[in-house]
Amino acid sequence: MSWLTSRDWAAGFRGNKVLLGLLPILALLILYLIVAADRNAINPAEKITPMPSAMLEAMWTLVFEKDQLSGRYLFWSDTLASLQRLGLGLGISTLTALVVGLLLGVLPTFRATFGMTVTSIAVIPPIALLPILFIVFGLGETAKVALIVVGIAPFMVRDLAAYIGDLPREQIVKAQTLGASTWQLMLRFALPQAMPRLIQALRLSLGPAWVFLISAEAIASDIGLGYRIFLVRRYLAMDVILPYVLWIAILAALIDWLLAESSRRLYPWAHGSEH
Amino acid sequence: MSAALSLENVWVEYGDKIVLERINLDIDEGAFVSVVGPSGAGKSSLLKLVLGQAAPSRGKITLDGAPLKAECTPERGVVFQRYSVFSHLTVLGNTIFGLECEAAPIAGRLFGLKRKAAVERATEMLQAVGLGDALNLYPAQMSGGMQQRLAIAQALIKRPRILLLDEPFGALDPGIRADMHALITKLWREYSLTILMVTHDIQEAFSLGTRVLTLDKSRVDPHAPNRFGATVVYDLSLDRKIAREAELAGQQVDKTQSGVEELTSLPPESSITIDTICNK
Repeated sequence: MSWLTSRDWAAGFRGNKVLLGLLPILALLILYLIVAADRNAINPAEKITPMPSAMLEAMWTLVFEKDQLSGRYLFWSDTLASLQRLGLGLGISTLTALVVGLLLGVLPTFRATFGMTVTSIAVIPPIALLPILFIVFGLGETAKVALIVVGIAPFMVRDLAAYIGDLPREQIVKAQTLGASTWQLMLRFALPQAMPRLIQALRLSLGPAWVFLISAEAIASDIGLGYRIFLVRRYLAMDVILPYVLWIAILAALIDWLLAESSRRLYPWAHGSEH
Repeated sequence: MSAALSLENVWVEYGDKIVLERINLDIDEGAFVSVVGPSGAGKSSLLKLVLGQAAPSRGKITLDGAPLKAECTPERGVVFQRYSVFSHLTVLGNTIFGLECEAAPIAGRLFGLKRKAAVERATEMLQAVGLGDALNLYPAQMSGGMQQRLAIAQALIKRPRILLLDEPFGALDPGIRADMHALITKLWREYSLTILMVTHDIQEAFSLGTRVLTLDKSRVDPHAPNRFGATVVYDLSLDRKIAREAELAGQQVDKTQSGVEELTSLPPESSITIDTICNK
């Protein structure tokens, strides 16, 4: 894919490219192990850089044993709760972006009326709105999902609207000379053209979405990956925090990969000539 | 021959800026009109007028005697230099798009037998432009020449009254361009098209057209460059070519035995007449 390399090179080395990408991660892990082993040798009660064995031990309880207080498998309940919030937030944002972005991009009247509102909302730092969300929606799930939506939807809307607005004018004229009405123009031209871009905007929003999720969970929650991390921070429990962070990274990468792959499958035309 | 498209004293003005002035044109049914002229002489403005993308500030445009609405409708087909095809549709999808828009106002798609019929028509059209083997390719997988072939097929399937070409071959390699010239001439004859083509290439204008229009400013005020607009300064009717076409058509008609009078009534002698009415 890289423009520096020829296609043959890329094809021949595709397998090796993954290995190549893993090298720096491996190097970081080894570096951590060296530092951790060193510190643990000096102080067996070391908490900041736990050895993998300590992490496994701490995580074992969370993953495979029911919590005595709540009767839940904490690790899985945390994951489920966080993914549910994230999924809802991403879903609502995507749908909003699609509908509002399409209308803003296609209909000049709509853009003139609501364009400024969307921009104004987009420039407000979402975290500054969190207290309002908590006051309005209470401390429950709604406020957390709302924070994600408020955080990423305006960016996605604006990105999509700008993209649709920039679609070649010739294509719109061409569609009209082929008899397309405004509705058909939206349904058959703007919508399909927008989809790959929407997925791309969603992928770019994944990072911020996680930030808002963890923030909301850290401030007011009783379950969730972010909540757990901030809870055990009080005990300097790096043996839980580090595996949790790793788990979040894996989840985020997996979602990103799924989105990229589905875009390639569903919209091959948007991904160059290498179908 | 009857005038398919007429422009009567048409002006295009944006505030003080006059782009086109005193345009009087009658474009005959079946004519292949090339429009040449320097940059900024209003070639694109003229095309936009006929396309319905812009309205004249003065004057009247009629298509088959009816006033032309300033909106893009299927009576006018268009092929642009670039971006003429939809990147998200296959060759077949691009071609049946026009049929689907007409037949399925809500869903925008055809299903079952109707779709089958549309696909058949589209396939026929695509074979005529030489894309019969590329039905399921996406535009990104095709060369520029193939994309323009598709754009032509896409426009022609709607049977437009007039086909507008906006420098359609400008971005192509010379070899491919020659192929495209042959193709558009063939299609023009086979489908009895009326074509208005804007081009930079004077040779192309003469080799393809039966009539060549030159747009330029007939008056220039150096202190106020926008004071005067461009108009038709040369209007060359390539009679020799028209006669040859009529002959060709006559031969075809002899075979099919229909509508001979109109075509054979043209003067047989070949000459080029220069219309100097609008010149200076």
